[in-house]
Amino acid sequence: MTAAQPPRPVNTARRPGISMEAAVQRRARLAEEMRAAKMVRRLVTPEGAAIRLKLASASERAGAFMIDIAVQWAIVIATLIGLSFVIGALSPGSANIAFAFWLVFFFFVRNFYYIFFEIGQRAATPGKRILGLRVASRDGGRLTANSVLARNFIREIEIGLPFQFALMGGDQSGAWMALFGLIWSGVFLLFPIFNRDKMRVGDLIAGTWVIKAPRAKLMEDITSTAARPDISSRFAFTPAQTQAYGIHELHVLEDVLRQSTSGIKAQVAARIRAKINWVRTEGESDLLFLEAYYAALRRRLEQRMLLGERKSDKFDVR
Amino acid sequence: MTDLLKSYRFREERQGDWRRLDLILTRAENDGVKNLTDEQMLALPRLYRQAVSSLSVARSISLDQNVISYLESLCTRAYFFVYGARTTLGERMMQFLRRDWPASVSQSVWTTLLAAFFFFGGWALAFFLCLQDMEWFWTFHGQNFSDGRNPDAAVEYLRSTIYTDEGTTGDGELTAFSSFLFNNNAQIALFAFALGFAFGIPTAWLLVYNGVMIGSLYAVFWDKGLGYEFTGWLMIHGVTELFAIVLAGAAGFTIGGAVAFPGERTRLASARAAGQKAATTAMGCVLMLIIAALLEGFGRQLINSDTVRYAVAASTLVVWLVYFYVPRKAPDA
Repeated sequence: MTAAQPPRPVNTARRPGISMEAAVQRRARLAEEMRAAKMVRRLVTPEGAAIRLKLASASERAGAFMIDIAVQWAIVIATLIGLSFVIGALSPGSANIAFAFWLVFFFFVRNFYYIFFEIGQRAATPGKRILGLRVASRDGGRLTANSVLARNFIREIEIGLPFQFALMGGDQSGAWMALFGLIWSGVFLLFPIFNRDKMRVGDLIAGTWVIKAPRAKLMEDITSTAARPDISSRFAFTPAQTQAYGIHELHVLEDVLRQSTSGIKAQVAARIRAKINWVRTEGESDLLFLEAYYAALRRRLEQRMLLGERKSDKFDVR
Repeated sequence: MTDLLKSYRFREERQGDWRRLDLILTRAENDGVKNLTDEQMLALPRLYRQAVSSLSVARSISLDQNVISYLESLCTRAYFFVYGARTTLGERMMQFLRRDWPASVSQSVWTTLLAAFFFFGGWALAFFLCLQDMEWFWTFHGQNFSDGRNPDAAVEYLRSTIYTDEGTTGDGELTAFSSFLFNNNAQIALFAFALGFAFGIPTAWLLVYNGVMIGSLYAVFWDKGLGYEFTGWLMIHGVTELFAIVLAGAAGFTIGGAVAFPGERTRLASARAAGQKAATTAMGCVLMLIIAALLEGFGRQLINSDTVRYAVAASTLVVWLVYFYVPRKAPDA
């Protein structure tokens, strides 16, 4: 996913020596990479370095919103239940006042829940935090309190308005009005789907967008074990063997080594051995072989990259 | 094959600093900036710059996906932290009250007048139509209007709604009612703001509609010779409340105007600049409506003298006008 450059347009025409199935798969993969690249925005920091921001997709935004709505309802219902217990013990007069305060509280939960969290350091509501999203200013500057206010006050027409029109209706021309209103307000609700930057109307007015800001963990370098002298002396790959694959396959291999089960590792090891004609030696485990081959392949590809040659995948032959 | 990969050596040398930056950021995000030690605060900019340069080097020499995605996430987090706002909520609120809010209101005099025109236009229209022919009241409010305050009501009943008599109403009931009204009004104010972006047309309609509602009710009381008393009843909180609604409408028109007539800028940039200013006004409207609800819930129940009501109304008007429109010295930064 995090190839250093956006995928350049590759000639997807079928090449001699590639099976039909492989060509179809490759084309699908390249199309997927293109799609992902469309969601990436470059931000050049004042230090002159480029940071790539990935925009949150509409479905992630909707998911975060669902979580936030659930939290809001939980707060509202919990306080209402708490209030109903307290009210029993109060005189009618003070019970009314307690209810009055709850109504004001309800208004603030409804409108200021988002503002409260987004004004904070993480610029994200609980729903957004769970999905690894945050609000950011579109120009890369700081996210001002005014922007947060603007984007959340607008929420009222995006969500509240379609909802109100849906509940309206009833008699005579009212139903037609409601239908017309629903369609009109539906435009706001569905706005994020129809623009490149996945902005809500509120984002548009406030000059913000929502980006992915997941927390990644730094894991062990896979090549660290393969660098041990006793292992590296056992696996001496020829240059031809290290040329069999490209960067895409290297990344897939990294994922396999980091995440998959031993069964899958065994299958992958068997396929690589067959491809590069590697004869399995006495007492050689699949894991060790894969790690050693990963190290050798990465060394080769990184050397070529330093010389300005990016071998994007195994079909990329020059 | 005994020598290490270049990218591996690169990472080995720097990962200690990356982890340190990660730790500082996690701490700041979870516990707040105040919990960072001075040493950590001083180290942060250096560690940030180092991480950013590590990222650009790693992109050109390393094919380790994990390292690159880790650095990207780290740099993004650090960037937003280093260049993010560092003011506390209290400071922001003070700045809002002292400068931002009055500035945003006084900069939009013309849209405020426009909003007032629509609101009071609707008011006057309904008022004069109803005075001529009370049938209009039913046209505006619908036949199933449940409130007892309508043209068929007796003068005595209408008078009783204006003043709080001892023991007629539960003391808390009206408080609950006024907080309900606050919810309602605040929601209308936010709507008037938010709808502004559709060129301000729905905002204008909302203002006229609310003006008509009050204007027709006003006509009922006027018709029964209760105009003076009703004005006192309405204006003790109404000055604040109606001012807030008009300002919310003005905020909506500010956005609508910026979208419709962007001038030199792009439509997007223009909407954005206006949106930030208008949001400040809208936030202020919510505060004004809270004050209005307090005046309505407590002030109106406790004060039953017309003269005092008029005095309160006049003084709130003066306070708001001075607060918003009297120029103040630019604060020294």
